[in-house]
Amino acid sequence: MELSIQSLGHHYGDLEILRDINLDVPAGQIVVIIGPSGCGKSTLLRLIGGLEQPTTGRVMQVGEPPEDSLNPLTYIFQDFALLPWRSVAGNISLALEDHGLGKAKTALIIDNVLARTKLMDFRDAFPHQLSGGMKQRVAIARALAVRPAVLLMDEPLSALDSQTHELLMDDLVELWLREKFTAVYVTHNLAEAVRIGHKVVVLSRRPGLVREVVDIDMAMEVRKARPGLMVEHQQHLWNLMRDEARAAELELVDG
Amino acid sequence: MAEPSKPVRPVRFRGGGFKPKPLGILGPIIFAAVIALWELGSRTGVIGALILPAPSEAWVAFEELVSSGMLWKHLSASLQRLVIGWSSGAFLGVIVGLSIGLFSFARAGLVPLVSAIFPIPKIALLPLFIIWFGIGEGAKVATILFGTFFPTVIATYGGVDNLDRNLVRMGQSFGLSWFSIVRKIILPGALPAILSGFRISAAVAIILLVAAEMIGAEFGVGAYILMAGSLMATDQLVAGVALLSCMGLTVAWLISRAEKFLLRWRS
Repeated sequence: MELSIQSLGHHYGDLEILRDINLDVPAGQIVVIIGPSGCGKSTLLRLIGGLEQPTTGRVMQVGEPPEDSLNPLTYIFQDFALLPWRSVAGNISLALEDHGLGKAKTALIIDNVLARTKLMDFRDAFPHQLSGGMKQRVAIARALAVRPAVLLMDEPLSALDSQTHELLMDDLVELWLREKFTAVYVTHNLAEAVRIGHKVVVLSRRPGLVREVVDIDMAMEVRKARPGLMVEHQQHLWNLMRDEARAAELELVDG
Repeated sequence: MAEPSKPVRPVRFRGGGFKPKPLGILGPIIFAAVIALWELGSRTGVIGALILPAPSEAWVAFEELVSSGMLWKHLSASLQRLVIGWSSGAFLGVIVGLSIGLFSFARAGLVPLVSAIFPIPKIALLPLFIIWFGIGEGAKVATILFGTFFPTVIATYGGVDNLDRNLVRMGQSFGLSWFSIVRKIILPGALPAILSGFRISAAVAIILLVAAEMIGAEFGVGAYILMAGSLMATDQLVAGVALLSCMGLTVAWLISRAEKFLLRWRS
């Protein structure tokens, strides 16, 4: 399944957030959206997943999601969004319970995703017992449990300390190499963008519009070993963003 | 390193405090000390027998209550009113509080009404309750019900309002049904606030119990206290009041247990 975003625009009251966004999300690729703070990149992600309704334009699903996909468009949130009163297994089970899979099948799926995210030992732990990195692993496990066609990731690593950030980034790359999932990945971190993106979409400051789409052709498995080329891409992105970021910095938050 | 001529001293400690620690035994010790002082005052005559009976006298009155078999009669009558009144008031309060938290119509319509009726002392409405529900159990239970309903409503919708909106959004993003979101996300998220609301409403219920038993109650702890008061039997009065206090302690303990069990996920 692919996504096609067609002339999408969004207002909050009189405030224009996004203007005329056109974007394709091809299957098996990670599209990264970057932009200065307040440019509407998280809003764009909410519009893509149907958590908000766009003022103009639309988001189209191209092709059917796989038969076994329980929740084709699945989010991973910056703040993890785990229920503190449920254990790790319980949090994953939450996403499955409404689908009437039966106890045995549910337990099987939970065990499977816990194994894939190396969380088996934390099955019965509560979120307050886990570190930030572990919490995000649980959120990733929960997302994998519903077999998404497209993952929508809203700054998934931004709330983590830099060491954990690195570890989890390696995990995400490894996960993509193994499963070739499709994703829209919102971040403000350029190093993250060039590390995991096949396509990096640079948004301007508010009202956000697509400034440029940068393709990063290098295979993901070799990127870490070739930091020089990565830095070049990163520098290019930064050149695109610098003036916008500076101008956005000077704006009042409430417009 | 510091040269010998410069003064060397440790950095002054400025942290600490602002964090009360549990000192389990202190409460009972203070309790015992107050009673012992009171007893001592009565024995030595510092506290006149007419002003306040000694704790030992109140204990004798209590023992009489037990041996005559009246204790259970009074207690069961009161507990029955308390349990029926409080649980129905709390149940309705949670339902209405949830509706206010979830629906714009309920919020716009009911919040002003709740704010208007909450501060009215329910005791003042007792004559009306008697007209509406009769002089029997109805008026007494209704008084307690109304008294517990309003604090529960306010605690519940406050709890729903304080819930992390992102958790609801997460539920929606996984395609959970409306009912699942309410049952699995909103209700457990509001539970801490609801339980602390229960603490308040249970105390209100005990206060109102005595008021409700002022009218036409043959049995009940409140009736016992009022009878003792009108006969100037201060020893019985103190025994009855101590009984109310014990009921309050028991209820508070039960709610603590419920919190410990239901909120064990909190750090």
